[in-house]
Amino acid sequence: MYLYDAIDQSLVDQRVEQFRGQVQRRMAGALSEEEFKPLRLMNGLYLQLHAYMLRVAIPYGTLSSDQMGKLAQIARVYDKGYGHFTTRQNLQYNWPKLEDMPDILAELATVQMHALQTSGNCIRNVTADQYAGAAADEVADPRIVAEVIRQWSTLHPEFSFLPRKFKIAVTGTARDRAAVRVHDIGIVIKRDAAGKIGYQVIVGGGLGRTPKIGTTLREFLPERHLLSYLEAVLRVYNQAGRRDNKYKARIKILVHETGAAEFARQVEAEWQEVRDSAIELPAEEYARIAMFFKPPPFKNLAGDDGEFARHRLENRDFTHWVRTNVASHKRPGYAIANITLKPEGGIPGDATAEQMDAVAALAERFSFSEIRVTHEQNLVLPHVRQADLFELWQTLRRHDLAAPNLGLISDIIACPGMDYCALATARSTPLAQDISRHFADLERQHNIGELKLKISGCINACGHHHVGHIGILGVDKRGEEFYQITIGGSADEAPSIGTIVGPAFPYERVVEVVETLTATYLAIRSGTEQFIDTVKRVGLDPFKEALYADH
Amino acid sequence: MTTQVISANRLGDGIVVYLTACGDWAEGIVQARLVDGEAQGEAALDVASVAAAASIIVDPYLIDVDGERRPTRNRELIRALGPTVRLDIGKQAAG
Repeated sequence: MYLYDAIDQSLVDQRVEQFRGQVQRRMAGALSEEEFKPLRLMNGLYLQLHAYMLRVAIPYGTLSSDQMGKLAQIARVYDKGYGHFTTRQNLQYNWPKLEDMPDILAELATVQMHALQTSGNCIRNVTADQYAGAAADEVADPRIVAEVIRQWSTLHPEFSFLPRKFKIAVTGTARDRAAVRVHDIGIVIKRDAAGKIGYQVIVGGGLGRTPKIGTTLREFLPERHLLSYLEAVLRVYNQAGRRDNKYKARIKILVHETGAAEFARQVEAEWQEVRDSAIELPAEEYARIAMFFKPPPFKNLAGDDGEFARHRLENRDFTHWVRTNVASHKRPGYAIANITLKPEGGIPGDATAEQMDAVAALAERFSFSEIRVTHEQNLVLPHVRQADLFELWQTLRRHDLAAPNLGLISDIIACPGMDYCALATARSTPLAQDISRHFADLERQHNIGELKLKISGCINACGHHHVGHIGILGVDKRGEEFYQITIGGSADEAPSIGTIVGPAFPYERVVEVVETLTATYLAIRSGTEQFIDTVKRVGLDPFKEALYADH
Repeated sequence: MTTQVISANRLGDGIVVYLTACGDWAEGIVQARLVDGEAQGEAALDVASVAAAASIIVDPYLIDVDGERRPTRNRELIRALGPTVRLDIGKQAAG
């Protein structure tokens, strides 16, 4: 993992003390709310429905055991004993007090964490593939690039007041687990025919009220040019992005209105001004950062572990968990263990302080103290010996962390919705709870197979509903909660935006609607075809007919 | 005529509060001062804006309630009670 140097630590410590002074002045009345609001937002502090909300940055979703332990401690001491992992790989506390904020940020700084750039029209926390450094098919570890971008973008003076917020995601594999094509900039690490590393640069993707799949501006950008090229893209956006209408201010609108070819031309022209300049990261600095991400001290293991195989044969529940939640590792004898934060009837992404402590301890014992947060609101222990999986699973079960449902219909993304969020127009988490209870039968979930269900409580789409195989969007209709259903969305390497099936349904009918959609799929699927493939093959009509046959 | 109360968030901890008949701020909506009509609403907002300027509360505004001070909009009902998915926290937890 990356470790702060003196400059990083000083920057974060200074910000804590700066904010301490700002909070004191606000509490004393020397700053008005109008003056203070932009200052608190620059430190990740929002005012939501019930209380303040603090969004803590988790760079590219990577946490150490110590950091997770600190998050647990803060939840216990300063909040109500839990936190919410988000689709941005961050953590949100829902009940912190303003008067405690300086101390909370000081606590975070002791483990090299902060809340910078988790709000505002700046380059936000960079996200990445949660299997970084562990995936068998990885070209290169995306955390290195993500850390380079983090350092470049932190307090970048030119890009601190962009037309709108800006999100960058990175993956090092062809299989896209980071949803890079629906980010402002998505980066796919590749090798060319000569084996050299470079980047596919995808620009102008995004969700929100105008969902767009990004356009590839560069199929292969040589490694050394990354920062100058990003600088060029951001400069064009910063100059030409709309500032007159916040709903049209994201780069996706600029790319769409300018035209991808013309936008690419403008970026290219800008790039010629800055390429090979001081903006380029020196190779030795890249190498210095890369050193922090060298593989942990893996043991040389022969291959699949015999005890692991025996436990699989003897314990059906363990087998179920392995089948869904364990992924192949690049090293023989190791595995990637997914911890879904989606127990039956649970709130997606929520974890108690005790659960965070348990994960921290398990990571320390079994995964070189490394933890990842996924954009699907789950956790990952990236480097677990196969021989340790059974014990890991047994401990996870004791902490209600062993739901065997990764990628299944109960592994739902849901934003906080109107239970917490000031922007929401409808609730989302109780729907997720109802759906997960309805589909609690694990065999039935396996029979349905992979199905990404995503729920947003408003058009801002924090729950990624546009790219759900089944997407659910909560809307307010004359004071009542209604839900618009889309199907056919996907956030992977073959992305698509879901299509609305018809008129919205009231809250009470949504579980029945999901039941009808899955039943229709099961009736018409071909062989082992997954839900998304059936939708792509047959289109919407069979699903619409099933849903609206009575109308 | 719509009955209303004034709601805001307390500066120090962000907790939802309501303007009372005494002119102070209570956590429970049952203690809120009822406001009828535009003139009363504006007068109550004037009181609230003084509290905002004094850094006691943040962002005061009028919300619609029924005769029993129950908010008529879901959003405000959730603010008055707490998250519907966590009945053990928020004002509802106090009973």
